[in-house]
Amino acid sequence: MAEIQSYTMNFGPQHPAAHGVLRLVLEIEGETIQKADPHVGLLHRATEKLAESKPFNQSIGYMDRLDYVSMMCNEHGYVMAIEKLLGLEVPTRAQYIRVMFDEMTRVLNHLMWLGAHGLDIGAMTMFLYCFREREDLMDCYEAVSGTRMHATYYRPGGVYRDLPETMPKYAESRFRSKKELDGMNSVREGSMLDFIEDFTVRFPACVDEYETLLTDNRIWKQRTVNIAVVSPERAMQLGFTGPMLRGSGVEWDLRKKQPYEVYDQMDFDIPVGVNGDCYDRYLVRVEEMRQSNRIMKQCIDWLRDNPGPVIADDHKIAPPTRVEMKDDMESLIHHFKLFTEGYCVPEGEAYAAIEHPKGEFGVYIVSDGANKPYRVKIRAPGFAHLSAMSEMVEGHMLADVVAVIGTQDIVFGEVDR
Amino acid sequence: MTSPYETLAARIDARFGEQMQRVASSCRELTYELDKDDLIAVATALRNESHFGFEMLVDVCGVDYLDYGSDEWTTNSATGTGFSRGVERASVILDEADEFDARRFAVVYHLLSIQNNLRLRLRVYTGTSNPPIVRSVVDIWNGANWFEREAFDLYGILFEGHPDLRRILTDYGFIGHPFRKDFPLMGNVEVSYDADEGRVVYKPVSIEPRTLVPRVIRDDNRYSADLKDGNGDG
Repeated sequence: MAEIQSYTMNFGPQHPAAHGVLRLVLEIEGETIQKADPHVGLLHRATEKLAESKPFNQSIGYMDRLDYVSMMCNEHGYVMAIEKLLGLEVPTRAQYIRVMFDEMTRVLNHLMWLGAHGLDIGAMTMFLYCFREREDLMDCYEAVSGTRMHATYYRPGGVYRDLPETMPKYAESRFRSKKELDGMNSVREGSMLDFIEDFTVRFPACVDEYETLLTDNRIWKQRTVNIAVVSPERAMQLGFTGPMLRGSGVEWDLRKKQPYEVYDQMDFDIPVGVNGDCYDRYLVRVEEMRQSNRIMKQCIDWLRDNPGPVIADDHKIAPPTRVEMKDDMESLIHHFKLFTEGYCVPEGEAYAAIEHPKGEFGVYIVSDGANKPYRVKIRAPGFAHLSAMSEMVEGHMLADVVAVIGTQDIVFGEVDR
Repeated sequence: MTSPYETLAARIDARFGEQMQRVASSCRELTYELDKDDLIAVATALRNESHFGFEMLVDVCGVDYLDYGSDEWTTNSATGTGFSRGVERASVILDEADEFDARRFAVVYHLLSIQNNLRLRLRVYTGTSNPPIVRSVVDIWNGANWFEREAFDLYGILFEGHPDLRRILTDYGFIGHPFRKDFPLMGNVEVSYDADEGRVVYKPVSIEPRTLVPRVIRDDNRYSADLKDGNGDG
């Protein structure tokens, strides 16, 4: 019989299931993967080097573009590192707003992940369902910051502005009837908090809907159960964080273990997997959406009752209001200095980590006392996860590679930076 | 102070003594510097001994201390030359020198102990050799693999014992190490499609570099002395 030799196959970087620009060089025997060598860096923009050449505040916008499906969480890690270096206190209301938007971002990210992961391994409907709910959350982003994705809403010392009192409404168009329009706008009559509250009431039923489609679905289970099993020891050894680590059964969540902002005031649970396969990681993420919903609800209740400042009062760091600038010379000078030169951060180094939807997102800043960071290092969770790709797909079939890319929740904005 | 971090610091001092030098930090973080020859022994002990238990390596990154503490615009006396015109661009230092300053390149490791819920930062200077070289920790923490490749790619730091030290983030065939401080922000080459040759060609960069906001260091008295690194120890 002729001897079958293993051969090398190229996957991506222009493949719809490669989640962006992943190029995989696969060594295959028959249809079984022997080794996978991911080639990354096709989206490398040197964010860290760019940040070194700009005043601190001007790089916040770059952070949105790292993991472009969980924008505000990236900003959070960056501004927290600056606040740590400055020794800056954030007003409580701003902390609650941040927690609420972090959780909203987590839902956004997980919806994107669920839709794309479903689409990759054969569940077309999921994508449409998930994007329906994402749209509402994107509207919240837009209402609070003016953009649907790259918000630049978090600033050192707090958030840029308070939550708006109104939600934007759908406009009349010849494609929808008056009745339809009123139905769509009915939840948008009140403030933004009313809109989010309505979302938190609706959302658990939506998650039930996703679960009806997937959790007991025979095909879904065939594609995910016992695929890419990672033991807890290996997960820690490989530097896994977030749902990848919890899926393997390690109860580790920075929101509980090293709480930042007001997470210690929140009541929520950490879902943990048992087998460490793709199916468990799916269950963990779905449950995380429910928990995020719970946290959002708690934040809404607190934010309704407690008005207050949303950004630190220190005008060396945060700009004064427009009104103040009209008749106060000092405010005008502060504003001018802040937007031309920026602020100097004391010499030192800080590492701030947050529980990003994908894992531990850390920002390490070295400052030499200048108005620009000396070194910024972004610790992207996806980078560590992707490096374990070869180990996870070894011995699996070619089609499972796609399931593994999905379960790792890879986004190239953060892997390549 | 009996915070978990002080307890850890006391344990590290007792176990490693002179091998690890504590660096004062303002941000309630523990930083130690150690000699590159001690790295493997210390890292193995930190991972395996249960009262340290650093089973996870969160991050490895290179740092280039070439311009540390230098500013582009002198603010001690007022100038008549305006803001950006006063910028003096640092002359380019070529990396062909036989020896580097002993404290030019450093590798920074961020460790995490899940069982004890602690973090620790280690810094290792690469010494005077060109190219800079340290021992790889891939055998101790397998997750270090890509992080070390990244540090090699961006800073040209070699990791002795790394199984597969290739470039990772830059283009195939890239020349230089882009995150070094003497590598220009906009790079050395630009690419364009040449219709005559029918392929993409590389040319030297044609645009002038410019500084929009100069780098300024102000000795600001807003920050109390104990906030600065080197003075406080808490």
